[in-house]
Amino acid sequence: MTFKERLDSGKFAVAVELQPPKGNDLSELYEYAELLKGRVDAINVPDLQNAIMRLGSLSVCTLLKAKGMEVIYNLSCSDRNRLALQSELLNASALGLKNVLLVQGDPPSMGDHFEAKAVFDLDVMGLLDAAKRLQEGYDLTGNDLQGKPQFSIGAQINAAAKGHVLDLEVLEMEKKIRMGVDFFFTHSIYDVSLFEPFVKKVAHFKVPIIAGITLLKSVGMARYVNKHVEGASVPDSILDQLMKASDKQKASIEIAGDLIKALKPLCQGVQIIPIGWEKQIPALLDYVGL
Amino acid sequence: MIVGERKPFDEIKEMMKSFKKVLNVGCGGCTSICMAGGQREVGLLNEELQNAFKRDGASFRVDGFTIERQCNADFFSELDEIVKGYDALLSMACGAGVQFLADRYPVKPVFPALNTVFVGVDRDIGWFEENCRTCRECVLGETGGICPVTRCAKSLFNGPCGGTSREGKCEVSKDTPCAWFEIHKRLKEQNRLENILKLKPAREWRNQTQGTLVQEAYKKRYAK
Repeated sequence: MTFKERLDSGKFAVAVELQPPKGNDLSELYEYAELLKGRVDAINVPDLQNAIMRLGSLSVCTLLKAKGMEVIYNLSCSDRNRLALQSELLNASALGLKNVLLVQGDPPSMGDHFEAKAVFDLDVMGLLDAAKRLQEGYDLTGNDLQGKPQFSIGAQINAAAKGHVLDLEVLEMEKKIRMGVDFFFTHSIYDVSLFEPFVKKVAHFKVPIIAGITLLKSVGMARYVNKHVEGASVPDSILDQLMKASDKQKASIEIAGDLIKALKPLCQGVQIIPIGWEKQIPALLDYVGL
Repeated sequence: MIVGERKPFDEIKEMMKSFKKVLNVGCGGCTSICMAGGQREVGLLNEELQNAFKRDGASFRVDGFTIERQCNADFFSELDEIVKGYDALLSMACGAGVQFLADRYPVKPVFPALNTVFVGVDRDIGWFEENCRTCRECVLGETGGICPVTRCAKSLFNGPCGGTSREGKCEVSKDTPCAWFEIHKRLKEQNRLENILKLKPAREWRNQTQGTLVQEAYKKRYAK
């Protein structure tokens, strides 16, 4: 079943983020993918996330697809101008990739090549527009294409937004839907009580929302998230649970698992972000019963 | 100097249409010198606006006031009382001045009457040319005083690109001199061609955050 069919069926979807390696050795990534085969609905492959130079989403997606995995190709606005962005979408389509997650991208100053020029020739709305036009058979300047690519288009939303930022987020979501978005990935959710009001506020859009679940590997990491990740907040109860646990890994899986259980009635799926704990995902899926 | 040009009249009129009483604030700095936003241009634009709204039968009044510069807060003080009587402000300063004006009077809608186009020089009366992209990494000392960032279509630090015509023009337009052709010519005259052989590393763009600068002598004064 493709990711799109899964979403259309209304069944709960599970995606896992696999970060491409910094280099061309894919052996570790293949090992993780093998563990997930048949257990998750899609592998989401980021594109130069956090502005760290690494192997690209396009090659990783193509290679995983050849191994029979359903993949979500990512494309970001930060490092390519409109020619390259449109060409990359055609590349993806020519290589048989259907699911694309179009993202704004991170400023290079955050990453490991901080002096790089931030491109942002198009913003994510511009990129969504480009994808829309390509699917209609034209490029951004209105030139005819030979062949029409077809995609299932995803975009990101910040479901932990509050107050004024939340209002902005809802407007942005509406705008993205008008630009043809078929599904949304949220940033990491740690607190269901913050997610619920968001979901209620945007329920009328009737567009699938896939909630991000990051494995909290330690108390230190949870504190770091609270301090440095804009909009994210790990509740004290989770910090306590992690602090008291003798087996931190087990506790981390239970925390993520309980979050997934609580989110299940609220959204159409989750994306698990393992950050180095890829091998723990089968245990997490077992815990949740997925 | 920062060079600006007035926006198309219809665009300015469209921005003004929902207001009844507007103050057009001119700038006596760069935009006055480049004949786009000084006292004279404020008067001309106001007359055009007044006539156009009158023709439409709309109730509209625009007054003008030109301050020394819109990029220094001290010069705004004389405006503080005046702006209270207006629904909106139109600014004929560069983009920096417009933002400074908007910051000073956050409850007043502020609109730009100009497009800020570049940092440049006077070629002749009323004729301006871009000469600097404010890239924060000046290489003019190595390139014979000709800026490859501004004047090369690819902003190459290690040029030329291979697209120079026999006449020394750029492949982008036969009217545009190739910056690196010009750099080569000048360095040759100065017997400094070895500069071209030096490999210039990829430049630090740092175009992601708003720039701030405190001159060395003032660092203590603004230290937190």
